[in-house]
Amino acid sequence: MNTTTFPNSPLLSVRDLSICFDTRHGPLRAVDGITFDLAPGEILGMVGESGAGKSLTGTAITGLLERPGRIDRGEILFEGKRIDTLSAEEMRRLRGRRIGAIFQDPLTSLNPLMTVGQQLVQTIRTHLSLGKEAARKRAIECLAEVGIPAPEARIDQYPHQFSGGMRQRVVIALALCAEPSLVIADEPTTALDVSIQAQILDLLKKMCRERGAAVILVTHDMGVIAETADRVAVMYSGRVVEIGPVEKVVRDPRHPYTKGLMQSIPRVGSNALRLTQIDGAMPRLTDLPSGCAFHPRCPRAFAECKRTKPAALPVEGGHVACHLYQEEPV
Amino acid sequence: MSSATDTQPLVSLTGLSKTFDLSPPLLNRLIERKGRRTLRAVDALNIDIPRGKTFSLVGESGCGKSTVAKLVVGLHGATSGSITFDGTDLTRLAAADRGAFRKRIQMIFQDPYASLNPRWRVRDIIAEPLRSFGITSSKQEERAEVGRLLEMVGLSARDGEKFPHEFSGGQRQRISIARAISSKPEFLVCDEPTSALDVSVQSQVLNLMRDLQDELGLTYLFISHDLAVVDFMSDYVGVMYLGRLVEAGPAEQIFAAPEHPYTRLLMDTVPDISLGRRDRAPAIGEVPNPITPPPGCSFNPRCPLATQRCREQSPALAARSSGTVVACHAVTGEPAAGSRPGAGGAAGTGTGTVAQRQPERGVA
Repeated sequence: MNTTTFPNSPLLSVRDLSICFDTRHGPLRAVDGITFDLAPGEILGMVGESGAGKSLTGTAITGLLERPGRIDRGEILFEGKRIDTLSAEEMRRLRGRRIGAIFQDPLTSLNPLMTVGQQLVQTIRTHLSLGKEAARKRAIECLAEVGIPAPEARIDQYPHQFSGGMRQRVVIALALCAEPSLVIADEPTTALDVSIQAQILDLLKKMCRERGAAVILVTHDMGVIAETADRVAVMYSGRVVEIGPVEKVVRDPRHPYTKGLMQSIPRVGSNALRLTQIDGAMPRLTDLPSGCAFHPRCPRAFAECKRTKPAALPVEGGHVACHLYQEEPV
Repeated sequence: MSSATDTQPLVSLTGLSKTFDLSPPLLNRLIERKGRRTLRAVDALNIDIPRGKTFSLVGESGCGKSTVAKLVVGLHGATSGSITFDGTDLTRLAAADRGAFRKRIQMIFQDPYASLNPRWRVRDIIAEPLRSFGITSSKQEERAEVGRLLEMVGLSARDGEKFPHEFSGGQRQRISIARAISSKPEFLVCDEPTSALDVSVQSQVLNLMRDLQDELGLTYLFISHDLAVVDFMSDYVGVMYLGRLVEAGPAEQIFAAPEHPYTRLLMDTVPDISLGRRDRAPAIGEVPNPITPPPGCSFNPRCPLATQRCREQSPALAARSSGTVVACHAVTGEPAAGSRPGAGGAAGTGTGTVAQRQPERGVA
């Protein structure tokens, strides 16, 4: 089930991935059979509410899923090879070298007891065979590339001496210093102010384009996706409900959840008296409704929605998982 | 806006300032010869909030907007200036006299996970103000009132028996709203009430807040960094940068024709779903350290219009013909006398306070 046909073979291929948490009350399925491909150099946005499973998907791809979470079905192929079955050591070598990761909070993803330079040099020397001096030179270049002024001086400073935006630049430098071909960016700008957010997104976009790295951009902010991504996957309750090119999904969403989501975003200058709202909240994993997980909140739900989970159906340029489109559009 | 209307504003902040002392301990100052260090979080703020309206403060983190919220509800003491609520200056009240006003001013906090006691049942959380202000006289009355409040915010009376962890983020924020309106306040200070919520839930809470405002005639001081949310909620907007108001006025006017370069920067950087600006150039620079603000206009290092004058002289708020006030040399040319944002206020009071305060700021 290829989501979109790309001329070259996909860099990353996620097939029917399910992530399960074993609890005392039985397994909870947090990600339920998601499938998508990522072409080299492509930016895929993953958007959804908290608990939709978007971060978990990123965690599974980087091999950082921790107990009691586990992949209980499906596979992840990176450059044609399965990576979900790799040992921790093999995965560690892949991570950082071929797959970079950027997390939400730049303060907690940097080691406060090491200078920025030490962290960069360590990462560079772990993944590339460079001597101490060469690695330091490379680290200074990296800092300069991400737009940190006076990198020769800043390299010997500690993370707390950097502002939030500058710290996130350091994190990006760390993620990209070994030139990975895939970057997982999990809410990279959520902790930052809007004016800084624009700078960081621009930098991320530029750096990845220059190096041909593909990005999975996980965020809850549709605006960030609309301005950054090539394609977007909308997640709800552990499933991808809609995936397609950004322009298509933003301008002409198919799934009732995507439609509601797009309409509920307040816009500057809309002069609305009321915002469109989706009543209710996303169900808890312990209390998932039957059939389509969105049906209790869906304005267009019908009998079939309570019975079966809708399969992903190809629509123009992407897929949508909704019974409305299953046979003939209602 | 300058013409005084018959009604006094419900809340007036006049020359409100808050300075935090960040000096090292006395002994270190003596031995290491370190000087005092202060942070001016809020600098001579003048705001009028008319009854039944929403005034929003918007700005990036560290601009002092949350400090204003805390000053207004009394969680911080003001360093100077006054907070006039319905004709009474709250900053001069003795602690004992503040009680009566506490009932009339309530607050909604950002994080509904941290602001509700996890060990209390929801009915106790909502009943706490009822009890401490002695609003209900019997258990039965209290229970009925809690039920009514819960239904008012879109929950059911039975939810009172539950604990906060049984609710989603949006529902928890409804509970904090129910608690805030339980003492029948006139004025609600809302500090980023929806920034911890998902968008689809955010719209529910914002709609609820507007409904309650219409129903109960509430006045809001709304603090947010999200311009789209502010545009939806507000009648008046004040844009803050490093503790100072840089532009303020009727929301419609500010959003239609922002004048201050910082307001324009904020408007430009909001991620937008219209797909129209994918290739725009992002703004440069970051908010400077508020302990050592740049001399002159504190926005000058990032400002595309900055001139030598901006680096030396701090601009005062000046009234514009459009009904807004702007503090920017490039926009206003010659500095005019200070003026007050908000509507319905006596335009004369406090005029000049902003201008007089300028020299105190910006000495590096």
